[in-house]
Amino acid sequence: MVPLPAYLVLGALLFSLGMIGVLVRRNALIVFMSIELMLNSVNLTFVALSRHLGSMDGQLAVFFTIVVAGVEVVVGLAIIVEIFRSRATVNLDDVDLLRG
Amino acid sequence: MADFAWTIPLWPLLGWLVLGLVGGRLPRRLVALIGCGTVALAFAAAVAARATFPGEPQERTLFTWIAAGAFSVDAGLLLDRLSIVMVLMVSGVGLLIHIYSVGYMAEDRAYSRYFAYLNLFMASMLLLVMGRSLLVLFVGWELVGLCSYLLIGFWFDRERAANSGRKAFVVNRIGDAAFLIGVLLLWTSLGTLDLRAIGAQAATLGPPVMVTASLLLFTGATGKSAQLPLYTWLPDAMEGPTPVSALIHAATMVTAGVYMIARLFPLFTHPVTVVVVSTVGALTAFFAATIALVEWDMKRVMAYSTISQLGYMFLAVGVLAPAAGIFHLTTHAFFKALLFLAAGSVMHAMHNVIDMHVLGGLARPLRYTAGAFIIGGLALAGIPPFSGFFSKDLILERAWEHAVGGGSPVPFILGLVTALVTAVYITRAARYAFFDQPHRESHPHEAPPVMLWPMVLLALLTVAGGLLGAQRIGAPLLEFLAPQFAAAAPHEAAPGLFVPVLSILAGVAGVAIGWLGYRDRRDPDLGWVARLFSRHWYLLDLYDGVLVPAAKRVAVLLAGPVDLGVIDRAVNGIGALAAGGARGLRRLQTGYVRQYAAIILVGTILLMAYWATR
Amino acid sequence: MELALFIPFAALALAGGLGVIASGRAIHSALSLLLVLSSLAVLYLLLGAQFIAVLQVIIYAGAIVVLFLFVIMLLHMATGEPAARGVRPWRAGATVAAALFFAALLSAVVRTRATADLGAAPGFGFGTAEAVGRTLFTRFLLPFELASVILLVGIIGAVVLAKGALTLRVHAESRAADEAEEPREEALTR
Repeated sequence: MVPLPAYLVLGALLFSLGMIGVLVRRNALIVFMSIELMLNSVNLTFVALSRHLGSMDGQLAVFFTIVVAGVEVVVGLAIIVEIFRSRATVNLDDVDLLRG
Repeated sequence: MADFAWTIPLWPLLGWLVLGLVGGRLPRRLVALIGCGTVALAFAAAVAARATFPGEPQERTLFTWIAAGAFSVDAGLLLDRLSIVMVLMVSGVGLLIHIYSVGYMAEDRAYSRYFAYLNLFMASMLLLVMGRSLLVLFVGWELVGLCSYLLIGFWFDRERAANSGRKAFVVNRIGDAAFLIGVLLLWTSLGTLDLRAIGAQAATLGPPVMVTASLLLFTGATGKSAQLPLYTWLPDAMEGPTPVSALIHAATMVTAGVYMIARLFPLFTHPVTVVVVSTVGALTAFFAATIALVEWDMKRVMAYSTISQLGYMFLAVGVLAPAAGIFHLTTHAFFKALLFLAAGSVMHAMHNVIDMHVLGGLARPLRYTAGAFIIGGLALAGIPPFSGFFSKDLILERAWEHAVGGGSPVPFILGLVTALVTAVYITRAARYAFFDQPHRESHPHEAPPVMLWPMVLLALLTVAGGLLGAQRIGAPLLEFLAPQFAAAAPHEAAPGLFVPVLSILAGVAGVAIGWLGYRDRRDPDLGWVARLFSRHWYLLDLYDGVLVPAAKRVAVLLAGPVDLGVIDRAVNGIGALAAGGARGLRRLQTGYVRQYAAIILVGTILLMAYWATR
Repeated sequence: MELALFIPFAALALAGGLGVIASGRAIHSALSLLLVLSSLAVLYLLLGAQFIAVLQVIIYAGAIVVLFLFVIMLLHMATGEPAARGVRPWRAGATVAAALFFAALLSAVVRTRATADLGAAPGFGFGTAEAVGRTLFTRFLLPFELASVILLVGIIGAVVLAKGALTLRVHAESRAADEAEEPREEALTR
């Protein structure tokens, strides 16, 4: 039997890894993928706890997370493409128009 | 209060509104009609109030002015014996002067503005004498000060006029500051500002409070009524139109101080106050008379004369004879206004020349004016049967009683000597102005009827006014006022003819000296005495040399280190603080997404730490 | 038995995670992401969430990663990172911060004293499509409807964003075409 904390710790680890990626990488796409990593780690936690508590609610949460993640990726990638079209870069550090 | 009585101050106020707003567009006849008509209505209402006066004081509340918790002040009017006398005098003399102004100001550009201001003044003065509480009185007090400023500086494009208006206002302000402190003191001591209540409860005040309050109020009166030491504005106030000088600076506004003391009479009965008020009054009377003796500007002679006569009135209330003071106030209004109007007629004939060096020989061409001036002058000199004699003599009698009754002899002595000097200077002025033909090419002509009739009426009043105080026919004015001044010093019957004979002698001697001593249109050479008088006994040197520089130094100190250094720095400092704070916070906005993410992370960690430790 | 499945796939997930954040080229990151998603799908199966596992594979691995790959191709991702701007000790600081965060999560796990046991085996229908559907259409009906609205919004947003430049070019071309046509019409009527 796999202990519950194992899943939870794995989720935490993946989340931290994703966080490092968001903070450290400059390529917008890789940052995006790190965000997806974080989302997935949360999904894992949901599913594990759903199994632990015997309730379907956790899995439903994952269901909706996946839906919304999909939409988010679509819109986010469209934005990244637009930025690339006007500025020919996907370096996050170049996008500093809000500086002030 | 009789229903029309409270309208007395209202008519001139309406006149001011109408003339002020649309007067410029109205024809001159209409402006004159409105300007004089409102005062006529006020006078009619005053006469009716006297006729229907039931004997007891009447009150009326106009509206609640301030209602703040325990402190509430009503704007109310009071009609009692004293206020009836004042209202009749103010509106009556005021009406005559308004009519005179129609002729005097006929050529002036700002005709409607003049009458608007004059009406505002009438409304303010009537409010002052009809006010029921000290606050309403003070409102009127300040308003007449404002009107004085406006009217002295009526020809504001003349620098001297503008400066004189400002000087009047500022000097008055000094007195008003003391006045206000006195009002506050009374409020905190008695809890009320109602004039009758103050009078009734004055005896309950301890001596220190009573003396302090009365002296503070008296200081305000010295400012408004041009007594020592705040007299300097009145001679310069002659820059204004002559009718203004007649009305404001002879008959009405300057008498407000005397009225105020008479109104609050029980407050001024302490021996210390008695000494101060009567001594200041007597000194001022003497002091101003000596200066009038060496002045060459005819209106300034009148101005110093007014200061001197006001000194007599303060002398009277000082020795606890307020009825005598009010009596002299009334007769002085008659003959001083008459003198000023006559001087105005001279100016009108001589194209605004008022320097007595170049006047003279006007008795024949300006017959009526000369007659008016002579009548007024004789009254001023205290020659019977003119009214001035009766009122001045009454004051001297009271001063005498005060002296023999244990008080200081100074008021009586100074009063008697001043009577002599007064007769001299007014005779001198009459001689220089109307007699001794000089060389002249122009032909002066008499004033128009609209200016002459008020002078005639005032002359009649000057002659007949003595009857108001004549003992033979029961002294109607004094009897009328008697119940008002129950706290006044009781006086024995007149001490025989001793004092009247002395005062008549002084007057006659003065006229003789004045007539004979100034024959060659030259002042006799009095050497250092003349210099003393013309330098105002070196008082002005004291002011300019000591007081003014000290005040300036304080002002510089406040403007520099205090205002700029402390206040401005504090205010700017707050602004700089905000700007600096914003500048610091701005450095957070780098535009780097990753930095923002990092900050979010830091915040989240802190939150989790907080939750973890709870 | 389950442990034998858990450990390798967990390890794979971790390896993939490291790959996502540490790869030099974007395409490597995308493929690492794929590895993570697939490993997680297996773990979902282990946890009795069959439907979710399949969804994970179809949508996440099958559509979202594909999207990523498309965009990478479209933008001709160059290698490496351009010169960094901003704070120098960034990498170390971020790692420390993440480590702190992980520690916080761990403490949360420890404090809740989650029982070591996963719990009794769920019933037969647990995690099936039917179970999901039943819950979805009863207790989560409103979120379901809202989810469809979100999808619609996303579609429209993406279309609008992508269409932007295209619209201008099309309009310019059509206007030019209109002006070119007019003189011909006038020639015809004359």
